[in-house]
Amino acid sequence: MKIYFELNGKPQYVEVEPGESLLSLLRRLGMKSVKEGCGTGECGACTVLIEGKPVRSCITFAPKVQGKRVTTLEGLGTLDDPHPLQKAFVEAGAVQCGFCTPGMILTAYALLEQNPDPTPYEVREQLVGNLCRCTGYRKIVDAVLLAAEWKKEGKWR
Amino acid sequence: MAVKLGQPKEVVGQNVLKLDGLPLATGQPKFTMDMDLPGALIGKLLYSPHAHAEIVSIDTSEAERVPGVVCILHHGNVPRIPYTTAGQGWPEPSPYDTVLFDKKVRYVGDRVAAVAAETEEAALEALRKIKVEYKVLPAVFTIDEALAPGAPVIHDEPDAQGIYDPQRNIAAAVDVPVGDLARGFAESEVIVETTCEVPYVQHAALEPHCVAVYFDEDGRLVIRTSTQVPFHVRRIVSRVLGIPLQRIRVVKPRIGGGFGSKQEVILEPIAAALALRTGRPVVMNLTREEVFVSTRTRHPYRVRVKLGAKKDGTLHAVEMEALASAGAYGPHSGTVLYNVGSKALPLYNKARHLRFHGKAVYTNLPVAGAYRGYGATQGFFALEVAMDELAQKLGLDPVELRLRNHIREGETSPIFEKLGEGREGRPQIVRSCKLSECLRIGAERIGWYEKRKSPRREGSWVYGVGMACAMQGSGITGIDMAAATIIMNEDGSFRLLVGATDLGTGSDTVLAQIAAEALKVPVEKITVYSSDTDFTPFDKGAYASSTTYVSGNAVLRAAEKVREQILAVAAELLEEPLEELELRGEKVVSLRTGREVPYWEIGHRALYVTNQQHIMASASFACPESPPPFAAFFCEVGVDTETGVVKVERFVAVADCGQPIHPKLAEGQLEGAVVQGIGHALYEEMLFSERGSCVNRNFFDYRVPTSLDVPEIEAILVPSEEPTGPFGAKSIAEIGINGPLPAISNAIYHAIGVRLTRAPFTPERVLAALRAKRG
Repeated sequence: MKIYFELNGKPQYVEVEPGESLLSLLRRLGMKSVKEGCGTGECGACTVLIEGKPVRSCITFAPKVQGKRVTTLEGLGTLDDPHPLQKAFVEAGAVQCGFCTPGMILTAYALLEQNPDPTPYEVREQLVGNLCRCTGYRKIVDAVLLAAEWKKEGKWR
Repeated sequence: MAVKLGQPKEVVGQNVLKLDGLPLATGQPKFTMDMDLPGALIGKLLYSPHAHAEIVSIDTSEAERVPGVVCILHHGNVPRIPYTTAGQGWPEPSPYDTVLFDKKVRYVGDRVAAVAAETEEAALEALRKIKVEYKVLPAVFTIDEALAPGAPVIHDEPDAQGIYDPQRNIAAAVDVPVGDLARGFAESEVIVETTCEVPYVQHAALEPHCVAVYFDEDGRLVIRTSTQVPFHVRRIVSRVLGIPLQRIRVVKPRIGGGFGSKQEVILEPIAAALALRTGRPVVMNLTREEVFVSTRTRHPYRVRVKLGAKKDGTLHAVEMEALASAGAYGPHSGTVLYNVGSKALPLYNKARHLRFHGKAVYTNLPVAGAYRGYGATQGFFALEVAMDELAQKLGLDPVELRLRNHIREGETSPIFEKLGEGREGRPQIVRSCKLSECLRIGAERIGWYEKRKSPRREGSWVYGVGMACAMQGSGITGIDMAAATIIMNEDGSFRLLVGATDLGTGSDTVLAQIAAEALKVPVEKITVYSSDTDFTPFDKGAYASSTTYVSGNAVLRAAEKVREQILAVAAELLEEPLEELELRGEKVVSLRTGREVPYWEIGHRALYVTNQQHIMASASFACPESPPPFAAFFCEVGVDTETGVVKVERFVAVADCGQPIHPKLAEGQLEGAVVQGIGHALYEEMLFSERGSCVNRNFFDYRVPTSLDVPEIEAILVPSEEPTGPFGAKSIAEIGINGPLPAISNAIYHAIGVRLTRAPFTPERVLAALRAKRG
């Protein structure tokens, strides 16, 4: 079947299998930031935004994004022009192996859109579905709080 | 060493941006599976449903007829070459007890066959259609069952090598006495004994094991793989598949965490065999369930520690007995066993009478292997709980007991010489140790002396504090070797080529900082290319907390040679004696005349104009000793006496890792290791059915800590100056995981007066212990 959706601001008209996961479709379209850590919706590494809301793409059927707006990490910023939140992750030391990072950043992005001034606990609450085995989470929380500061200062987009 | 210690440093000690940080934070396709390989076959494995069985027959005819299936490998059509998956140096200390596919399976999850097909669906359908007839054998699931007389022999194959005693299921054994233990205990005034158990736990790196194999335009085999040991992968694949090492190139891109699980060479020989057999590229990517069931785990251990001390708290006699389940195969079984003693026992070097003995025993359970901490985690759990008991019995503060007994700068322990890497070790003097200061700072940060007075109660919750100490090593003495190459570009920038393997730790960045410091350039002027067996010099790989110390020393030595070459060219240009020149801010400056010449000019001159040469050098560093980092851990826990739930309220980890090259990355190692340790202490345990099948094979049932499960970890680095380290550095990657098990157990004891000695400390176990105490 063919579906239409918007991927990182660009229209997509693509053939999908009805049972194909969104994770598989997005990686097929070159969005390699979408990581498969478990395939069963438990680790959060495959998190993408649909209409700005974080979802686990590994347990979302691709046809479900018909007509919707999908954002992957590639849509947030680039190597030459990174989003402040991406910079904050690097600056705070929140990136170790980097495998959970795309999902973490997108989940944190959705939080800061809703709640620009979160407490450390609120950050931890929001990230509870995104597993990280490297950092112990502290520096990830630091990164989100640093980004919130920048957002308040208008260093955002 | 030409670089003088104590000189002000410009790059070392700075929190420069992690070199791969922004690429990873913007989702660049840097991982093994992120490369599209057109025409690649999908490789899938068939696993044993039985814990112990002979394969009577295997029929692949129906599977072969599945459209899209290209190749099926099993014991009947591959060469039989015993090897070990351990991924260690050569000669390999682990037993050669594994073949590509065997006629016998030894655990639920043992591999039976591999399929390569055009699609994943075809591969999976073929797996379902392979007909295997098994003759089920009796299986053993505990150390005691495996050691019992008449137990089934797990490794009865005649061609295995290096097994300590196959007939008795003993993969490895050790018994090392120092002094006279019986006399030591007889002379002791206070004796305590405790036994602690660590169950099957798994690394749970977020990226599953994966590999992509293809042929380059010259027909050479390229293995792009998520590994910690690219050079060992090349050596092992060459031997197991019987193809020249020269024909193989192993590339490690970014890898999504390892913690030891990717030191094991598990998928690479199979994917390479499928590629060679089909002449096609092959991709293998395990599911999370396959990672749980078929890869590697920490060695479950039962460690008994008996301590004898004088009334003043001075340790006099120490016995440690360690029993491990190696699982069905023995990678790292002997070396982890030795490390239980060799890493834990030197910490308290005042005892004159010691004995360390133990066994690693085959069972029909998953294969244990390398896991961060590598035996030290298991050893320190028992040792530090025993120390807590001793302190209690002596009426001494636990911190004070450690202060009276821990090893100091300039001191040694006989254990260094007696216990090495699965064999004898080498004598070693501790040249840097700030453990006393770590203890002082940690006690202060947690509010030790105040909180220790009595546990605090709030309803059904009781709060207590506990502590523990640990050490580790920095590389493997006498075995580990790393090399580095530094090449100057004509613009005055440098390429740093290292075989060292950054598995997310930031070692590429740390090594660049060492080069930048030595060459007096900003770190941005160093381009690092790492972990490619064609283009980088040898490195043992990322294990044993070795990269900063061993690979870092190689980088420093290569930088020293490059520095000499730069000075020689500059001396000619400036017409001044070499001794008067020094490197400063991307220039060579004359101390006598103040004249200077920038690197870019030196680079251009050397390449194009006079006395032409490419300024570049390689150097190797072999590890003559393994300076231990030290750490003190303090935590406050709450225990709900109604439900048995334990919550870590605060955790303070204070470590001496020498001079931290990159403090933020070092803190990150400490914080991450502590949280893994908290997972071990409170949540993590692989559970098995009566038939030996892992039942919690996903992240829903096997709980790793989430952002809400862990408190704020306070990671504090207490710098010391390790004279043999690059710019004074020692290791930091593993030590943090050794603290939480004993520190949390000791804090629970402080809170509710019961000792939890079997991890994890689940509500059920806490309640059972409370009930037992109440009688």
